[in-house]
Amino acid sequence: MSAPHIEVSGLTVAVGDVPIVSDISFAVQRGEVLALIGESGSGKSTTALALMGWCRHGGRIAAGEIRVGGMVIEGKSEEALSAIRGRHIAYIAQSAAAAFNPSRRIMAQVIEPAIIHRIMTREEAEAKAVDLFRALALPTPETIGDRYPHQVSGGQLQRLMAAMALITDPELVILDEPTTALDVTTQVEVLKCFKAALAQCNHGRGATAIYVSHDLAVVAQMADRIAVLLKGRLVEEGPAEQILTAPRDAYTQVLVNAPRPVPAAPVGDDGAPVLSVRALTAGYGRVVDGMPQIPVLRDVAFDLPPGGALGIIGESGSGKSTLARVIAGLLPAAQGEVLLNGSALPPRLEDRSLDQFRTVQLVFQNADTALNPAHSVRRILARPLQHYHGLTGAAADRRVAELLDLTRLPAEVIDRPVTKLSGGQKQRVNLARALAAEPKVLLCDEVTSALDTVVGAAILSLIEDLRRDLGLATVFISHDIHAVSAVCEKVLVLYGGTPVELATRAAFNGPRHHPYTSLLQSSLPTMDRAWLDTTRPPILRGFRVEGLCPFQPRCADAVPGLCDAVPAPLREGDGMRWLCHHSPSIKEPA
Amino acid sequence: MSGASTGKASLWPLLTRRVGSALLTLLLVSMVIFGIAGLLPGDAAQEALGQSATPEQVAALRHEMGLDQPAPVRYAHWLSGMVQGDAGQSLVAGMPVGAIIAERLPNTLMLAGMTAVLAVPLALAMGITAAIRRGTWIDRAINLASLSMVALPEFLVATVGVLIFSVKLMWLPSIAMVSAEASWSDTLRSCALPILSLTVVVVAQMARMTRAAIADQLDRPYVEMARLKGASLSRVVLGHVLPNCLGPIVNAMALSLSYLMGGAIIVETIFNFPGLASLMVNAVTSRDMPLLQACAMIFCSAYLLLMLVADMVALLANPRLRAQ
Amino acid sequence: MKRSISLLAKAPLATRIAAGFVGFWLVLAVAGPWVAPHPVGAFVDQDVFSGLSSRLWLGSDYLGRDVFSRLLYGARYTVFLGLGAALLAACCGTSLALWATLSGGAVDEVISRLMDTLISIPSKILALVLVAACGSSLPLLLLICALTYVPGNFRIARALAMNLAALDFVAAARARGERKFAIALHEVLPNMVHPLLADLGLRFVFVVLLLSGLSFLGLGVQPPYADLGSLVRENISGLTEGAPAILAPALAIAVLTVGTNLLIDALKPEDKR
Repeated sequence: MSAPHIEVSGLTVAVGDVPIVSDISFAVQRGEVLALIGESGSGKSTTALALMGWCRHGGRIAAGEIRVGGMVIEGKSEEALSAIRGRHIAYIAQSAAAAFNPSRRIMAQVIEPAIIHRIMTREEAEAKAVDLFRALALPTPETIGDRYPHQVSGGQLQRLMAAMALITDPELVILDEPTTALDVTTQVEVLKCFKAALAQCNHGRGATAIYVSHDLAVVAQMADRIAVLLKGRLVEEGPAEQILTAPRDAYTQVLVNAPRPVPAAPVGDDGAPVLSVRALTAGYGRVVDGMPQIPVLRDVAFDLPPGGALGIIGESGSGKSTLARVIAGLLPAAQGEVLLNGSALPPRLEDRSLDQFRTVQLVFQNADTALNPAHSVRRILARPLQHYHGLTGAAADRRVAELLDLTRLPAEVIDRPVTKLSGGQKQRVNLARALAAEPKVLLCDEVTSALDTVVGAAILSLIEDLRRDLGLATVFISHDIHAVSAVCEKVLVLYGGTPVELATRAAFNGPRHHPYTSLLQSSLPTMDRAWLDTTRPPILRGFRVEGLCPFQPRCADAVPGLCDAVPAPLREGDGMRWLCHHSPSIKEPA
Repeated sequence: MSGASTGKASLWPLLTRRVGSALLTLLLVSMVIFGIAGLLPGDAAQEALGQSATPEQVAALRHEMGLDQPAPVRYAHWLSGMVQGDAGQSLVAGMPVGAIIAERLPNTLMLAGMTAVLAVPLALAMGITAAIRRGTWIDRAINLASLSMVALPEFLVATVGVLIFSVKLMWLPSIAMVSAEASWSDTLRSCALPILSLTVVVVAQMARMTRAAIADQLDRPYVEMARLKGASLSRVVLGHVLPNCLGPIVNAMALSLSYLMGGAIIVETIFNFPGLASLMVNAVTSRDMPLLQACAMIFCSAYLLLMLVADMVALLANPRLRAQ
Repeated sequence: MKRSISLLAKAPLATRIAAGFVGFWLVLAVAGPWVAPHPVGAFVDQDVFSGLSSRLWLGSDYLGRDVFSRLLYGARYTVFLGLGAALLAACCGTSLALWATLSGGAVDEVISRLMDTLISIPSKILALVLVAACGSSLPLLLLICALTYVPGNFRIARALAMNLAALDFVAAARARGERKFAIALHEVLPNMVHPLLADLGLRFVFVVLLLSGLSFLGLGVQPPYADLGSLVRENISGLTEGAPAILAPALAIAVLTVGTNLLIDALKPEDKR
């Protein structure tokens, strides 16, 4: 075996005297892809960026050696590093939307590395960029470079950034969570492009790459080797096959056998629904004839029995969070109604009674912004107790302690400011505040999406327990299909604000689905290393036409002359209801 | 590209709305200024005639000046006069206000212009240097100097300037003489101290805002991305960051330039500079309300015009608005 | 109090110096009349514009009065009028900003439009027009200076409040059924305190500069009272001699304003990497 292309030994990056990562060692052969995997704060990005001699937030390489193709990285001057960055080592950032300069044209930014390092003339670089755009399956490759970043989609920007990285034929490419900000269906497309582009690099020999991610299933598709980081230390490193099938370290085993929520037994009888939504249409802007200027939700309907759990899934922009805001009264509906115990809830906050406020509680997605940073845990929990129940003094203190206990928070956090809590603890306080009202309906808006997998799973199982013990009817809003289908008795799938499928858990976990639900499910990466190569990429034809099936432009099963001409009918049967020309009993699983 | 044409179509309404908003503000400003001037105890006719005048004389003058009419009518009259360039008669000088102002306005514009020519490049250089050298001793020195300069009273700057350059060194005159006959070099020499004083006063604020606008962008991911492409910090600041903070920087410049119009009061007074600001001080002292109102309206219009230009530049510099 | 003192002891040198300047002036402004060596109006020197001496620390003024004593008395007007006007401006501006933000709609529109109008009148111009119309007694000067800086404070406070009001914890309070006043007081205001204190300091600097500028023009504090700006004005004829009588009060203002400005900057959270 030849000498490794990249060799890192004993790497420590520190801010002041505090190490962010310590004693990291690994080696990568030429043409291999090494994945760095870990939770947020594990130091995976720090390690990857150190390969370019770049440290964020005033950090520095405190110890260790980094060799990239014979070049010594540590201890080099900024000028010397600038000559390497973008020329020999290229970087692809997490959010292309933020990493592109909003006020310069895309082409100028894509060819900039070639211009800075003077390896091509402007004309040569532009020609090469167009070739790369074509190779990355970008639409209108000749002219897409004339646009500004805000004029192309997120998935396209991510591929344009790959073109920017590959324009100098770098020997090492660092990909830092390049698909994390994308929806699952877009992710498939981008991953396929990246994989093909990396393989074609260096005249078909393939580039060496470092792939940073928190998602083991994504990494399984891309990496030859996997390094697992935990709290700034390397816990295990080895061939991808071995890590995925026979992990040695206990933490890696937890990651590989990701904690799946245990399907809960259905609770409660199917009595009169505690919450019903009827023909709900809502959005932003002026409302004309019951239709808002920018409609976000159209004709949504569901029932939620006492103690029941309904899951709402959809990609970003599907209107799922808006639905929670409409039910909570933060956004008045334009049409339709929300019934609480059979009587209509006033659409506007101002017209609701204290008891109506109390009965429906919303748990926000991001506990960092949902909790007032100026307040302590005690103050945050005591406020609803006083507001709804008139509890003060010792009685309130007792109840606050009970709430902490209920959400499995240690009693000593009570007087801490919320800014001093961990992400998981904040989310528990967020939950405890909703519980303080003693609600009948809990609306959970993406409560785990900002958390690491393990912490998120713990929050999810806590909510499950509370639902069972307190008989809370719960609405789970999420993009995580696994979690939702495990805990919810019913699942509502939203596409572009329109409900396309409403299914019982049994039906949802069965084989027959609305084409969009099928696409969502097939777009979820699995640990199977051949998954990416066997999944068909999503398609797009034409644009959404008002009145027709919203999913028709992306539907693989669309029938020409029918789906693009006649509005889709609402069909029912076998425990599900869906909006499609195909009937549940005809279509076979893809 | 079809996108560009629709983008332009959406830019025009934005610009028109911005101009309309500025005109509305100017109208409201005129009401405020007219309203405040109306608070004056006693009235102008009494003031003009003195204590010895008979009630009949006062009443006659009141009628002649239109003071016996209700306030909205007087406001409408005054406003239509202002729009047509007739700002009324000065109570003290007995001349048309327009003529007095016409004599002074060019001087003030010249002083502001010459100060701007000196101060704007200096401020940009200071701000950009501090931002590029963020965290180094240069940045700290510029920060300390500009923080201090912002808080210096103008009469201290001017008097120290006089003390050093006129009294001790005797290089420059302490009185600014401006006349149409004087040569350019003479005018420049006699205006040197006012220009220097004003530069000290405005340069710091502009430099601070420039640095702040740039520093605000330096933590953005696109800056890190550009660095990781191999671009040096100077290249990143000049090529990537500046286009993105053109709006706030132009705004800072416009604010400071508007200050040169109305804020030069003390400097103009100290150096006996025959400008608009010192004219306004005289109007306050002599309670010459028509003159005072006209001066105030000129300063407010200048402010609104500069802000309008700055906003237009920001709108035009933003590709999201320029080409959607 | 104890905490802030120990905090100061740990602060960097620049902060401590700046805090020293500001504290020095606050003490002098309060204790001035008791430490002044001579009565404020007494003619104590044959010479006018005499230099520094052991008897008259800062020399004598244009009438032969003790500059140091006059400085101590003058500082009271400058400091207290400045503080009072800055506090008043901050209270009015912030209350209006909270009201506008949480009411939204037409209320916000009207208040913001009014403030936009006032901010379009450069502060010195507005102050001059007000002085011309209303006169310049001490209470009027306080009101004029306050009114001049309400719009600036409003603009900052409204921007802060708008950002905060868009956050989920305010939405959570609204979904809980809290009243506007409670949301303003408990949810929004506590998160604005730090930037607002910095703004208060800045407004204080502006007011002191405006007020002493007005007095310097003879349009501010009127005899028999005299603030630091009036002292510069009355001794302007000593400029050609470089008399301490004119430089001392001007420098005194500079120490106060520059010190305050440096202190605000030192206390603000670091933005450097």
